[in-house]
Amino acid sequence: MEMKEMTYKDAIKLAMSEEMRKDENIIFIGEDIGLYGGAFGVSVGMFEEFGEERVRDTPISEAVIAGAAAGAAATGLRPICEMMFGDFITIAMDNLVNQAAKMRYMFGGKAKVPMTMRLPFGSGTGAAAQHTQSLEAWLCHVPGLKVVSASTPAEAKGLLKAAIRDDNPVCFIEHKLLYKMKGEVPVDDEYIVPLGVSDVKREGTDVTIVSYGTMLYRVLEAAEAVAKEGISVEVIDPRTLYPMDTATIIESVKKTGRAIVVHEACKTGGLGGEIAAAISESEAFDFLDAPVLRLGGLDTPIPYNRNLEAAAIPTVDKIKDAIYKVMNR
Amino acid sequence: MTLAKETLVEMYLRMNHARLFEEKVAWFFSRGMVHGTTHLSVGEEASGVASCMALEEGDLVSLTHRGHSQAVGFGLDINRMMAELLGKETGYCKGKGGSMHIADIESGNLGANGIVGGGFCISAGAALTQQYKKTGKVVLCFAGDGATNEGSFHEALNLASIWKLPVIFFIENNLYAMSTPIEKHMNIQDIADRAKSYGIPGIVVDGNDPLEIYETVAKAAQEVRKGKGPVLIESKTYRWLGHSKSDAQAYRTKEELAEWKLKDPIKRLRNFMIDNKMMTAEEMDKLEEQAKQNIEAAVKFASDSPEPPIESVLEDVYA
Ligand SMILES: Cc1ncc(C[n+]2csc(CCOP(=O)(O)OP(=O)(O)O)c2C)c(N)n1
Ligand SMILES: [Mg+2]
Repeated sequence: MEMKEMTYKDAIKLAMSEEMRKDENIIFIGEDIGLYGGAFGVSVGMFEEFGEERVRDTPISEAVIAGAAAGAAATGLRPICEMMFGDFITIAMDNLVNQAAKMRYMFGGKAKVPMTMRLPFGSGTGAAAQHTQSLEAWLCHVPGLKVVSASTPAEAKGLLKAAIRDDNPVCFIEHKLLYKMKGEVPVDDEYIVPLGVSDVKREGTDVTIVSYGTMLYRVLEAAEAVAKEGISVEVIDPRTLYPMDTATIIESVKKTGRAIVVHEACKTGGLGGEIAAAISESEAFDFLDAPVLRLGGLDTPIPYNRNLEAAAIPTVDKIKDAIYKVMNR
Repeated sequence: MTLAKETLVEMYLRMNHARLFEEKVAWFFSRGMVHGTTHLSVGEEASGVASCMALEEGDLVSLTHRGHSQAVGFGLDINRMMAELLGKETGYCKGKGGSMHIADIESGNLGANGIVGGGFCISAGAALTQQYKKTGKVVLCFAGDGATNEGSFHEALNLASIWKLPVIFFIENNLYAMSTPIEKHMNIQDIADRAKSYGIPGIVVDGNDPLEIYETVAKAAQEVRKGKGPVLIESKTYRWLGHSKSDAQAYRTKEELAEWKLKDPIKRLRNFMIDNKMMTAEEMDKLEEQAKQNIEAAVKFASDSPEPPIESVLEDVYA
């Protein structure tokens, strides 16, 4: 496969641009995504390539971004939306949850709502409580929505293209701290990472850790550290948070007998509980040598102060402690 | 309305505090001494300061993400504001809020807001409290031009108008919502026209004229206080700096910026006071010098203040 090195955000732009070149029914809408190129510069240059008909700046009106996308999607377009910050999905929620997500089922299968909602989530930027949340669990709780989280530039491209081609509303989570991360990305414009397939990011035999987003990198760092102490960690990135490929996770836990879930989102009501339950309900239960642990953000909003902000989410040390705990060390 | 000299002196001092405060903040950011982002209101000081100064003791305000001038205008302590910017324990929010959330409910400041349009509905609610408890106080709700496109603007104005809530919606129309010029985000010239839909007064003021702003807000507050319902004021102004920390400003011309810089609200007030023989140029210079010293003192206070203890991350989630 021919590869090219690029940043995570350029991979996202590439995915959108390639799909827009192939399908003129795809439009891109959001706040300051045109000439300005988006708050994080993801779409720089797209306005110049596709013009204002297809790259549309909206007013600051998140409700109508989601709602107009749903209406356009149900009638033949395939909109991609950008929430400037994922936090603002709260304002778009009615249109996303009560309209986009439900149309198909409520109408007896007679509608299709092929829209993609891009959501920059996560903390670490010092932007305080209203610009740092990780709300993926909310989205996973809504039947009719699919939820995707990309952790590498290549997957950002492949998963986003799959999301755009999907005939359902897909929430596509981008972690802001990953935007500048570089990686090898396939240049093939048919490179797709299918939704609903987990990826084993590191193979191991003693503990299975499930993680995604920036936390994945802390998990990999912790895994590397404990490897030197003779603990072998398998790391699984679900990539699609709903519908999640739990089979890969369950298989892994049958092998390792221990499982930890790590995410940045608040622990209570987070996906950690869901994944832990999926393991406990499965045949992997009989293989467990320790309780399944959840490591999540504190049940607090994200504070502004740098040190407090860092203390609000799992660290490499906390992940290592969790590994020692399930290993009884 | 002729304003007392003391009021104008205080106004001038606060406008200078606001500008110097933000110049300091910009410097902190450029040196990487603070993280996150910030939205500066340099050039818009009259809007934020003169409007707040027209309020009475006990009135309330709700600020925007571009809220430093508004906060200074409302009379917040610049020491504690600066400490908040540096994330210190002595800051208004104990270091948990930062630039976008400077708040002090006790003194009637419902907070700067990171959610564009986030202030409209809570201001209506705060006005409901004043009406219900017959406090005779009013709420001054700040927002930007872009914010008036959020549903919350329309829902709050409608509710406030039918319930006759004591709230002034004060729109700082700086002609841009981030990079989007106003003619691309709404189909009307004057945001004040939106008042018509709710059957309330809509007034346009020169947002760089502190005296006009003061008088307009004072008069509106008088009416609102009588129970006549809300008023919408549109203050036409301009931001001199980028939208936030990182902004190449490709969406506007240098000429446009230069033209607005000629309308500096601080110079305008200075000239007014000198021309009207209220103060000499030397006296005005002294005021400016005093403002500079106050800001330096605020920086010292903030720098010398302790970091919040790590355990405090878990505090104050619930009452
Ligand atoms: C609900 C919401 N949408 C978008 C943003 C991102 N954002 C922050 S400030 C801003 C522009 C606001 O424009 P305006 O209301 O005119 O205020 P100004 O910045 O010009 O003072 C945007 C889009 C936000 N913070 N909240
Ligand atoms: Mg504006």
